[in-house]
Amino acid sequence: MIILYEVLLVPTSVLLLLLLCAAWSTWLERRLLAVWQDRLGPNRVGPMGLLQVVADMIKIFTKEDWIPPFADKALFVIAPMILMIMTLLGFAIIPFSPNIQIANFDNALLFILALSSLSVYSIMLAGFSSNSKYALLGAMRTAAQMLSYEVFMGLALMGVVIITGSFSLNDIVAAQENYWFILSQPLGFVLFLIAGVAEIHRAPFDLPEAETEIVAGFHTEYSSIKFGMFFIGEYLGVIFISALITTLYFGGWQGPVLPPIIWFLLKTGSFVVFFILLRAAIPRPRYDQLMRLGWTVLLPLTLLNLMLTALWQLTLGF
Amino acid sequence: MIDIIFCISAAVAIISALLTVSAHNVVHALLYLVTMMLAIALIFFMLGSPFAAALQIIVYAGAVMVLFVFVTMMLHQGERSLAAERQLFNPQVAKGPLILSALLVIELILLSLGSVGLHQEILTGSLPVDQTVKQLAIQLFGSYRVLVVLAAIMLLAALVSAIHITKQGNKPDTKAKPIHKSGSTEFTPVEIEPNQAQTNKKTRGEHG
Repeated sequence: MIILYEVLLVPTSVLLLLLLCAAWSTWLERRLLAVWQDRLGPNRVGPMGLLQVVADMIKIFTKEDWIPPFADKALFVIAPMILMIMTLLGFAIIPFSPNIQIANFDNALLFILALSSLSVYSIMLAGFSSNSKYALLGAMRTAAQMLSYEVFMGLALMGVVIITGSFSLNDIVAAQENYWFILSQPLGFVLFLIAGVAEIHRAPFDLPEAETEIVAGFHTEYSSIKFGMFFIGEYLGVIFISALITTLYFGGWQGPVLPPIIWFLLKTGSFVVFFILLRAAIPRPRYDQLMRLGWTVLLPLTLLNLMLTALWQLTLGF
Repeated sequence: MIDIIFCISAAVAIISALLTVSAHNVVHALLYLVTMMLAIALIFFMLGSPFAAALQIIVYAGAVMVLFVFVTMMLHQGERSLAAERQLFNPQVAKGPLILSALLVIELILLSLGSVGLHQEILTGSLPVDQTVKQLAIQLFGSYRVLVVLAAIMLLAALVSAIHITKQGNKPDTKAKPIHKSGSTEFTPVEIEPNQAQTNKKTRGEHG
């Protein structure tokens, strides 16, 4: 019975809930953006426009699933799947609460880094296989952006690893019993947040799909359900990075009074809202500005953070 | 169970390595190479070194190969490069490599037939399992620290020389300077257009 619970019930329910959350966060984003931009947003379908997502789904599913004749067909079909698989796999190691976690192993953080580095392929292959100039440009930008920001995403995480002495997310959550790591790792948190936004290429770092310059970037040629996969994949990415920030810097499921899962959802949800606010508030930088910021400002800062953390741990820790 | 997974990932590794060499489309070949690296990472994982497995994915599959794909994507010419690839790979050229690799395969078979002990050891996982990252770090920065520093210096030298090569001042054609000077945030199309047209003409003239 316990095996059934662990092997079947938890993963399936997590998967279904995640997909639903990702779908409804499109609604959340549109409503919140509307609030911050002094508009109404989608409010016609269902109460408060909540059923807008269902309407969108019906629209997406009934559209023609078109593969351009000039595309590299196999890669064109595989590309959106890679993104979905890599993002969903990431959730396997997140401890949602003390007893809701799909897989617990020692090198969880390395696993996350491996997944995030593999998800670059999705965008690159989408751009390459579309055989279109705009898609290719988008893919190039993504490759450069994700490669550079991945470097210090990993390095920013190492601050937490130094303090905890473990790559396991459960150990990291347990180590935050007395105080959250945001207090000891404020710089690391900010750097990880920036790198996280760049990794899931959300606004303001949405250069791969900057619609004013290169149409829709890497998914210009995609339609119907394959476009839907990219779309939902992006929101899954937002939820994933929010969950990761919660786990690494904000104590995970720990919190007083309320049950752990509620705490986890509250913290993650507020970061999702924060990501949407970022999109509403900050303009998109130019491509060369983005790269320069990454390599000349953020990378040295990350190394500094790493050295300071190591020094602090050596002199005051243990 | 472990045996089955090992056999599957080894088979995947070998097949994708073969396809890497034989695929005509460069990007497809690179993707088969990525698959091979993932299979090798899985084998590392089963041999009891999850850290090496993760590094294999992060560094090789996730960074080095991405750069390869990046460059080939830029230089890819579609049908033309495909045709060129098809011409390149003919039986005449393949003769030498085929003989050499056949020799290697025969050696491998002889070795694995001769030393069953090694084979067994790998399959049953009696190699030192559970090598934690801490142990690895202690070894790397303890007994092997000179090598680590040497590797770091080598990489630094490569980085510095790469920066030196791409530096603007070294270009013989000073007129073809990039439009965006560092620091200038304004975009002035009027200044750019004649410059670009000039350089375009120049390069076209050189190649044609």
